[in-house]
Amino acid sequence: MIETLNFLIFDNLIYILAIVLGVILTVAYLTYFERKVIAFMHVRMGPNRVGPRGLLQPFADVLKLLTKEIIFPKNANKFLFLIAPIITLATAFAAWAVVPFQDGWVLADINAGLVYVLAMTSLGVYGVIIAGWASNSKYALLGALRSAAQIVSYEIAMGFALVGVLVAAGTLNLSDIVRAQEGGLINWYVWPLLPLFVIYYISGVAETNRAPFDVAEGESEIVAGFHVEYSGAAFALFFLGEYANMIIISALTAIMFLGGWYSPFTGDSWIAQPSIFWFLGKTSIFLYAFFWFRASLPRYRYDQIMRLGWKVFIPITIVWIMVVAVMKVYHIGPWWN
Amino acid sequence: MTKILKYLKSLTLNEIRKGLFLTQKYFFKRKFTVRYPEEKTPKSPRFRGLHALRRYPNGEERCIACKLCEAVCPAAAITIDSDVREDGSRRTTKYEIDLFKCIYCGFCEESCPVDSIVETDIHEYHFESKGKNVMTKEQLLAIGDMYEEQIAGARQQDAKYR
Repeated sequence: MIETLNFLIFDNLIYILAIVLGVILTVAYLTYFERKVIAFMHVRMGPNRVGPRGLLQPFADVLKLLTKEIIFPKNANKFLFLIAPIITLATAFAAWAVVPFQDGWVLADINAGLVYVLAMTSLGVYGVIIAGWASNSKYALLGALRSAAQIVSYEIAMGFALVGVLVAAGTLNLSDIVRAQEGGLINWYVWPLLPLFVIYYISGVAETNRAPFDVAEGESEIVAGFHVEYSGAAFALFFLGEYANMIIISALTAIMFLGGWYSPFTGDSWIAQPSIFWFLGKTSIFLYAFFWFRASLPRYRYDQIMRLGWKVFIPITIVWIMVVAVMKVYHIGPWWN
Repeated sequence: MTKILKYLKSLTLNEIRKGLFLTQKYFFKRKFTVRYPEEKTPKSPRFRGLHALRRYPNGEERCIACKLCEAVCPAAAITIDSDVREDGSRRTTKYEIDLFKCIYCGFCEESCPVDSIVETDIHEYHFESKGKNVMTKEQLLAIGDMYEEQIAGARQQDAKYR
């Protein structure tokens, strides 16, 4: 009894600490990586002043943010104003509980992992709405409204894309979804679910309010959207939440469509062994794509975003779910034998 | 038929892929950013930076207090007072340039009949307290003494075009 309690509390605490610290460090270097990638695509150098090749830049940025004052706008609801970034960050981190890093390396191996992840990423929108409302600023409110409408719209397409994965794998457990894709490149779900894969990733970009779907920030129109009034540590939390969400979207894409920790090669050589490095590598590809999009694409107009979400993505996903169901039932293709 | 082709193109994200490949190509291009404090771009001999007052090789200051620079200065940045020195020659007692007013047009240098007031190629300077933006005669002469070699060299290079 005592031993199980010990295990539940201390071991899990260590795992949680490891995941949270890992995510925070990744976020820190993601900002550096983002600035470097975008700079390179602009034929610039990017940050190169702090430390060798600018590698200490994230720490300088964090220190700067943490030493700054948190300003409360006049007539703002202080409680909601402070709780909003915490909600954003907490939901972004909570989703990591069910992410399998490797076979067996998962904090909570629950059988409804997919639903849990969907729930957590959707809850994040509350942080945005509350932040926009509590700021008592018209720009923040407009940004929050845009962001909420956009996230809610893309949630549907995203949910349908996940239904496709669910149909294909026959399970909601993320580890089991990965295990269903064992056996090299050809068995990954990216092939039978290609349209869903593309739609899931694009919806993910829209979910996290990243370019080219960043009308919620729209610095040229509404300054910075829902977090205009935030400064210092409170802003840092929003920042952390946004980047943590980006990582989780990338990680989930890798898990559900690119076979998580499995190697693309088959055979017995070392390169064909499943390992966490495959998972991290696949995640990095999608993180890179986030920055690649930001450097390449202009911002969508608001009605274009809505049109894409409702009139393009949702019909395609519905059709493809049926296609997947038929393929699954009649064992078409090499994926379901 | 063309309509179907158009739909197919947009569904396969044709144009977005083109754009992405273009930016990816630029990712690998050579960067030609100048890493400023370590690397500097070359400057023209006509570069107009911080001012200086020059002297003749025998150590006598060139300025004869004709006040042409003060008159021509479009920003009214120059203030000059003059008096007769012990040896009977006409000299300035006060020669001040307000660097906040100055627009670095170079008219003072153009108007000077004895090549006394010049603009050097110094462009990295700052003031740490209020009032330091007004350069006094002593400071201007000191700059002239320190950078005489550069000033003379730049004038020499540019002489044949004047």
